[in-house]
Amino acid sequence: MAEPTELGIAEARDQLAKGTLSARELTESHIAAMADATTLNAMVTETPEIALAMADASDARRAKGDAGGETGALEGIPLAIKDLFCTKGVLTTAGSHILDGFTPPYESTVTANLWQAGAVMLGKTNMDEFAMGSSNETSYHGVVQNPWRRKGDNQTLVPGGSSGGSAVAVAGRFAMGATATDTGGSIRQPAAFTGTVGCKPTYGRCSRWGVVAFASSLDQAGPITRSVRDNAIMLGAMAGYDPKDSTSAKIALPDFEAALTGDVRGLKIGVPKEYVLDGMPVEIEALWQQGIGWLRDAGAAIVDISLPHTKYALPAYYIVAPAEASSNLARYDGVRFGLRVPGEDLTEMYKNTRAAGFGAEVRRRVLIGTYVLSAGYYDAYYLKAQKVRRLIAQDFRDAYEKVDAILTPSAPSAAFAVGDKADDPIAMYLNDVFTVPANLAGLPGISIPAGLSDEGLPLGLQILAPAFDEETMYRVAGVLEEAAAFAKAPEQWWRGGS
Amino acid sequence: MSDLVEGATGPWEVVIGLEVHAQVTSKSKLFSGAATAFGAEPNSQVSLVDAGMPGMLPVINEIAVQQAVRSGLGLNAKINKYSVFDRKNYFYADLPQGYQISQYLQPIVGEGMISVDLADGSSRDIGIERLHLEQDAGKSIHDRHPSKTYVDLNRSGVALMEIVSKPDMRSAEEAGAYVRKVRAILRYLGTCDGNMEEGSMRADVNVSVRRPGEGLGTRAEIKNVNSVRFMQLAIAYETNRQIDILEDGGSIDQETRLFDAQTGTTRPMRSKEEAHDYRYFPDPDLLPLEFSDAFIEGIRTTLPELPDAKKQRYMDELGLSAHDAQVLVSDRDIAAFYEQVATGRDAKVAANWVQGEFFAQLSKAERDIADSPISAGQLGGLIDLIADNTISGKIAKDVLEFMFESGRDAADIVAEKGLTQVSDSGAIEGEIDKVIAANPDKVAEFQSGKDKVLGWFVGQIMQATKGKANPQMVNQLLREKLKA
Repeated sequence: MAEPTELGIAEARDQLAKGTLSARELTESHIAAMADATTLNAMVTETPEIALAMADASDARRAKGDAGGETGALEGIPLAIKDLFCTKGVLTTAGSHILDGFTPPYESTVTANLWQAGAVMLGKTNMDEFAMGSSNETSYHGVVQNPWRRKGDNQTLVPGGSSGGSAVAVAGRFAMGATATDTGGSIRQPAAFTGTVGCKPTYGRCSRWGVVAFASSLDQAGPITRSVRDNAIMLGAMAGYDPKDSTSAKIALPDFEAALTGDVRGLKIGVPKEYVLDGMPVEIEALWQQGIGWLRDAGAAIVDISLPHTKYALPAYYIVAPAEASSNLARYDGVRFGLRVPGEDLTEMYKNTRAAGFGAEVRRRVLIGTYVLSAGYYDAYYLKAQKVRRLIAQDFRDAYEKVDAILTPSAPSAAFAVGDKADDPIAMYLNDVFTVPANLAGLPGISIPAGLSDEGLPLGLQILAPAFDEETMYRVAGVLEEAAAFAKAPEQWWRGGS
Repeated sequence: MSDLVEGATGPWEVVIGLEVHAQVTSKSKLFSGAATAFGAEPNSQVSLVDAGMPGMLPVINEIAVQQAVRSGLGLNAKINKYSVFDRKNYFYADLPQGYQISQYLQPIVGEGMISVDLADGSSRDIGIERLHLEQDAGKSIHDRHPSKTYVDLNRSGVALMEIVSKPDMRSAEEAGAYVRKVRAILRYLGTCDGNMEEGSMRADVNVSVRRPGEGLGTRAEIKNVNSVRFMQLAIAYETNRQIDILEDGGSIDQETRLFDAQTGTTRPMRSKEEAHDYRYFPDPDLLPLEFSDAFIEGIRTTLPELPDAKKQRYMDELGLSAHDAQVLVSDRDIAAFYEQVATGRDAKVAANWVQGEFFAQLSKAERDIADSPISAGQLGGLIDLIADNTISGKIAKDVLEFMFESGRDAADIVAEKGLTQVSDSGAIEGEIDKVIAANPDKVAEFQSGKDKVLGWFVGQIMQATKGKANPQMVNQLLREKLKA
């Protein structure tokens, strides 16, 4: 029998149901693997006691016969939680110094849904500070290491970001799945960099209540897993209407797993010409073509489409997101919680606290956001960006008149080395070029591992779908996953005292 | 009509616009379920949303929205079927989110108009620019500790309606009348209790001066004035300050000022370097408000009769004078009290009693009509005793005083104190005969044509009967006997 940590959620679910595996055994093996992986720095807080208590409770429920069914989709499944989700009684830092010691007296809706479904919490994952970053280098808790390395090279690579810790926990086999959030690509890009499956559902599918806000009109929670099926199972448990989030969609929750029919015959898949970038590595282009071939072979029709405003997406994103962030982060002022650095008066306390508490990238974005909202600049930046946003959404609406889903690369490169882009924000921001449009338009997207680069690093393909049509997204992703047969895992070089 | 202010170099016209902040009558806050009751222990009515905790989200209170629409309809204003919540960003210790959720470019209510009533009996139309919903901030308390500030977040997130007038007022009197009228309308509607002492209503006052016929001058905004009297003092001070500056060749700074009730003066609130750029933008946590016509009309059908309509009805149907009608409709509670007294009784008599003796007694007792020691029914009972000749009007005034002291019914007091009017002509005639017999000289005076002596005779009879004799019968019988 395989190591419990090698199991997928769907397989573990079956073994737990059969009684050949207990939640405690499953959880203990993951706790051990997590303890063995501290080198990767994927966790901010490990909660083994909580995990074991939850696992025992799950086993007890199962013994009593009231596990399973609709509320028990993740009964006994150990998960890691991005440190952006508020967890009752457990330190929640958002990767920032400014939330030092912040232990929320409340549980986010998404995590509460997961616990309701029987899941087990292993701990909180490292992330870029306030989810601002594409390499997990902006965390106050330090860089997260990608478990993947280039062939014949021990250089430390970034796991992508901002959900780097979540992606690494799943890729490194010490969590069966992890929650993550995606504002401009923060689920899909790290999934691509780590060979995992990461889905950003439609804006409004998962409640934002209790998730530390970065850019409220773009933020959306989603799962990172090792398979498309696991992803569909986990999203089903995370999502749902929440009256506490006014932007949460009052719309029925489909059975995402049931959407995995393995059949894309007759579906029309769009390939947008604007996603061909100058200077994009040949292997990314080749993988994309490979993906197109797989889907065509599976019976889908490939349609060339145009999303004409794509080139304006990244600039618009880097106005809208910092604008909202500059306002969302105003509450971190040293008055009520987290870090406080005293000063002579209130203003000085604000300055001291926020200067010490926020890292360089967060400060940069707060400054950009404050600037684009200020009197005299608002129309030229913020308002213009909102217009661009509407045009991008319209591009997609027009495209979905012709196609059922869209296939693109997930990221313009494979994982890069720590330090490579840390001093060049523009180069860093370009990582999100393929993922940002879906956030601006509020549409669902998923990255699946589809192959390895010449250097042996995972590369991802992205499937985009119309709003609230995650079923089509999963259906296409499932077929692509099967065709790609990406059954590869990183060498576990960090284990065994190395 | 001239409200011009005479300066050293000629007349000036004052231009006043008001932003009235009215707390929405609602059990919970604008975006959270926390309670809003006045006077609770500090920080005892604070939800996670009100405290600006990470990840917390606002959810609109539908009652507050209905109240704003209701208020807009009461102000004869246009209801905007699409409106947007914006964030107004600034840092302060009692503003936990670091922004106030308000409405900036697209408020819930647009232009309207109300008629305000001036002391000389005339009225004037004042335009409403807009009404929007917003959150209140918490309260900073600076005087409890030498170096620290305490923050009470009970008010944080409480729903306010900001009602912005057009710059249509030309005197402190008009500004006062406007605030009183807005307050009256909101109280009739039940959308704001109008309690200025508890902070349920306060005003920002925009004042500028200009030469008659010229364009608008630069204005100063006096923040957070919490009584009509202070507002009028602030306007008077600010008017003179601005005229003095302009007449000395200076110019007015557009700035925010505070009124100091101790000194009766205004002073700048912050320096120019601290001037805020609020960086308004649509709140991404909230959807726009969208109404159907049916929603608005549904609220319109529940509106009560408002002061202007009520005044007209009192004049047309009850035959009251404009002045009496005005006094009685000036407040919802007074009108309700009056209508209860007047039901089934002579409307004019009821009006006279309510605004005459009853108000005098209330004022003496230092009570509001809402906590009057006697009910409308009890005052009605007193009026009934006059109507059926049980007591005289004069005795009734004394009875009312007893009623205020004891809270008891008029009939009980009259019975206990034996104040029932003597309408037995035999008894009265007996007293008259005695007085006539004892005062032949006065009788002679009357008979020689000095009618005024009659009053002296009445006084003697009333004295002898301890005021209980029916005055009309005394008059009538006296004339008959004296002429005989």
